[in-house]
Amino acid sequence: MSIVNPLTMDRELQAFGGVLLAVLIVATVIGEILARRVSSDSARATIVNLNDRVRAWWVMCGVLALALLTGRTGATILFAGVSFLALREFVTLAPTRHGDHRALLWIFFVVTPVQYWLVWRDWYGLFAIFIPVFVFLLVPARVALAGDTENFLERTAVIQWGLMICVYCVSYAPALLMLDANGEGGGAKLLLFLLIVVQGSDVLQYVWGKLFGRHKIAPLVSPNKTWEGFVGGVASSTLLGTALWWMTPFAPWQSALMALVIALMGFSGGLTMSAIKRDRGVKDFGTLISGHGGILDRIDSLCFAAPVFFHLVRYFFGE
Amino acid sequence: MTAVLARLIAFFARVASGPAVRVAGEDICPGQCIFFANHASHLDVVVLWAVLPNAVRERTRPVAARDYWEKRALRRFAATRIFNAVLVDRDGNLAALRQQLDQMMAALDEGASLIIFPEGTRGQGSEVAPFRAGLHFLARQRPNVDFVPVNLHNLGRIMPKGEFAPVPQLSRVTFGEPLHLEPHEGKDAFLERARQALIALDPS
Repeated sequence: MSIVNPLTMDRELQAFGGVLLAVLIVATVIGEILARRVSSDSARATIVNLNDRVRAWWVMCGVLALALLTGRTGATILFAGVSFLALREFVTLAPTRHGDHRALLWIFFVVTPVQYWLVWRDWYGLFAIFIPVFVFLLVPARVALAGDTENFLERTAVIQWGLMICVYCVSYAPALLMLDANGEGGGAKLLLFLLIVVQGSDVLQYVWGKLFGRHKIAPLVSPNKTWEGFVGGVASSTLLGTALWWMTPFAPWQSALMALVIALMGFSGGLTMSAIKRDRGVKDFGTLISGHGGILDRIDSLCFAAPVFFHLVRYFFGE
Repeated sequence: MTAVLARLIAFFARVASGPAVRVAGEDICPGQCIFFANHASHLDVVVLWAVLPNAVRERTRPVAARDYWEKRALRRFAATRIFNAVLVDRDGNLAALRQQLDQMMAALDEGASLIIFPEGTRGQGSEVAPFRAGLHFLARQRPNVDFVPVNLHNLGRIMPKGEFAPVPQLSRVTFGEPLHLEPHEGKDAFLERARQALIALDPS
């Protein structure tokens, strides 16, 4: 790795950072104006939540920018931290018992660092199978060794599921840096493309739903998800992704398809994680990010979109 | 140096336990307090200490069992230099109990606040055991001190008995309204009132 990071030199990325900054400033100004103009209590609550979210976006974009400026090491450490926090929230709600303790220690302090070390080392062959094959077989054996068989299958299944979502799937985001599909910094731009489309899709679905939402998709799972929000959000984030084709190795129509897949996977992620929250009787996974809930509430769509996007890019545009 | 180390330990304790802190009233302990909490894990004392605001933490001393905290050099260092613990012998007999209470009152008279676990020992985390009489004795001897119930939730799962390292999860630390001994309130009545106040804070 060169000492001067190529990313800091990249004109496209600089321009892009400028656009993102402008979007955040506009969102902040709109939020402030709305806050002065609302009168009803319910509207005020919505605006306070909106402004909380905008403020959280400033922090998240700042952290991401810092990580990308420090290159692969920074991005890997950032997402390892995200996985750690997500797993911490997941295990809190998982029906684990004392007998799982040692296996969970392995997962937190060995498996997660190793997975991200594999990303950092660029070791694709092991990165892709470490958790789904090796850890999948070793964790239940470690739990069995502890000798508590009560709900054994449920416990080990939930642990593996949490590990797949919180660590394996999330690690696909920094793994995009492995795919330097169009030269220096190409991987970083793929990661940005993914993050912007997936998070943009969340925001746009929220906005479309708030403005036009009438018909609920799955009222028993997530009362906030409506067909209007879904269609409007997915369509507009597909447009957003298409407009960003220049920072990717894709032609505009390919970029549109990729964005569509990302948005659909993101929606599936949000819906699935809502079902888990509903089952466990909680509204949010945590309280880490003001206005958003826990970190898992923020990254549920990313968990589902990142692996699929990675493999599509690798298959169609890989070396 | 030890102040930096203390902040660092408080930070790692919060990383391991993601505590959501709720407080009845404005501030945590504006005056002098005895924080009394339920006890299920070795993490209890560290997390309760870690979530206190820096200014309060610096004048708060946990009351801890000497035999555990003096067993290894590292623990002894942590207990004496970081947590500034009041190390007491377990109350096997009346003389030891008397000695414990004298030590606690001496610390109070120096202006310290205290963290105590009136169940006396760690439970399973599901139920709060009856309180030891010492809490009542302190409330009678030091009527101006605020007795603050603190409910610790999920720490017993994060680090169960017999484990050497925590599995990070989210926890909740709930500070209740301060209690005082009422005029003519008997020992058992006060102990039970304090215990019920602590149980009532359980968010689950």
